[in-house]
Amino acid sequence: MLFQQLINGLTLGSIYALIALGYTLVYGILLLINFAHSEIFMMGAYFGVFSLMIFEKLHIFQGAPFMLVACALAASMICTGLLGVIVEFAAYRPLRNAPRLAPLISAIGVSIFLQNFMMIVVSPESKTFPDTIPLHVYKLGGTASISSLQVIIIVVSVALMAALHLFIKYTKMGKAMRATSQDAETAKLMGINVNMVISLTFFIGAALGGAAGVLNGMYYGSVKYNMGFIPGIKAFTAAVLGGIGDVRGAMIGGFVLGILESLGAGYVSSAYKDVFAFVILILVLVFRPQGLLGRKISNKV
Amino acid sequence: MENKLLETENLTIHFGGVRAVENVSFSVGEKEIVALIGPNGAGKTTVFNLLTGVYQPLSGAIRFKGERVENRKPNTITRMGIARTFQNLRLFQNMTVAENVMVGYTCRMRGGMLVAILRTGPFKKLEAAAEEKAHEWLSFVGLSARANELARNLAYGEQRRLEIARAMATGPNLLLLDEPTAGMNPAESESIMELIRGIRDLGAAVLLIEHDMRVVMGISGRIIVLDYGEKIAEGRPEEIQKNERVIEAYLGKKAAKG
Repeated sequence: MLFQQLINGLTLGSIYALIALGYTLVYGILLLINFAHSEIFMMGAYFGVFSLMIFEKLHIFQGAPFMLVACALAASMICTGLLGVIVEFAAYRPLRNAPRLAPLISAIGVSIFLQNFMMIVVSPESKTFPDTIPLHVYKLGGTASISSLQVIIIVVSVALMAALHLFIKYTKMGKAMRATSQDAETAKLMGINVNMVISLTFFIGAALGGAAGVLNGMYYGSVKYNMGFIPGIKAFTAAVLGGIGDVRGAMIGGFVLGILESLGAGYVSSAYKDVFAFVILILVLVFRPQGLLGRKISNKV
Repeated sequence: MENKLLETENLTIHFGGVRAVENVSFSVGEKEIVALIGPNGAGKTTVFNLLTGVYQPLSGAIRFKGERVENRKPNTITRMGIARTFQNLRLFQNMTVAENVMVGYTCRMRGGMLVAILRTGPFKKLEAAAEEKAHEWLSFVGLSARANELARNLAYGEQRRLEIARAMATGPNLLLLDEPTAGMNPAESESIMELIRGIRDLGAAVLLIEHDMRVVMGISGRIIVLDYGEKIAEGRPEEIQKNERVIEAYLGKKAAKG
């Protein structure tokens, strides 16, 4: 059972990690907790459903399930990425120099807006996520098993995280992002277009959240207008656990949280599975507010 | 001084009731080394902040290579060719020494976001070029050996040199140095002076704020003196040394008369 719970935890954790990256990237640059991010995740799931429906109507990729999923994932990531950029432009940019509470409230506003928009325009009922990947279950010795869906979720997530890591570490825009997150004023004086870096950050963070939405929809088989809330808060917990603002921290935090939650569900009670995440959030905030990888932050003078 | 690289005209900025900079006009020619001096609080760093777009002037004009600079964003001004260092070091502490310099070079790299994301052919060439440029500037300031260390692990004097390398990587025609030798011993100051002359020989003009008079008198072709936000004198080092208003500003009225 331990092994099985680890596999489930890894699956859950990779989804949390993808969402957590969106929180941590934005926080790293703007010191803003983007509460609209859980709705970006939800929108990603819907964009996934819509693009699968369109592909079906157009009869493309129908015989090739992996191609189908890859294209739906890409379409959803592009749409959520653009949505993220629009949200930043409309809701946060005008408040760039306002007190920090203002964009936070604006973020909550965007979150409420997107939820209600989807509820009214699409449906208040949950929608079935179209079947794509044929479900295989692979035995892993003993009682443990892993499904084809779980394999895809883990592989896609890890690949996206690796790509993000390489992008941040080695590219010019990645360096510009790191420079901006360390000292935006100086970055400007070194010729970096900080507004563009911020837009890019929102695009990447939202696209990763959108990917997580699609994977989550595939895993649970349905999407709903309020599906973002719980995973969003858990991913935020993961980001805090890893040290908010730290990219590797968000990845590790996501996996740690997913695994702890699965173990808790397996060994204690699945009815309490949401409780574990929030107990962890409270414990981290009390005993190690800077997170696992975060450094103690001294206030700038 | 026929070719004026930078020209300010009646530059003025007030903070509340404080006239931080008042009607300051000066110019810097191509390949010239000019020092901006004055007692603490005279408005020297504020002038730098005006020149680089951190502050917008209340009135007055700034022209660089004949183009207006006011109301432009700092990153645009850097692209136009003005780079600077900071009085209190402002390196990207958690990036390596080489990465700091590459960030400076970023604004000289063509290829937009799409190229960077898609990692197309020209992109790889650009990255390689950036790395090469970074190493060139690091060897220019003598930090090649420390390229892969985190910036925060450098000694103080090395951090100052790294700031200069990072600023030079932006490809400036005018380099603004804010107290480049602050906190340095005479030998270190001497080597920074060499560095500044080297920069001038590469074709850039240098405007520096400096308190160490040995440095100021040693390298500047011209000196501009500010006091309480106003320009009180301008001239060659030997003229400034004898200027009564300057002595008065630094030492007080009595000393000037006695």
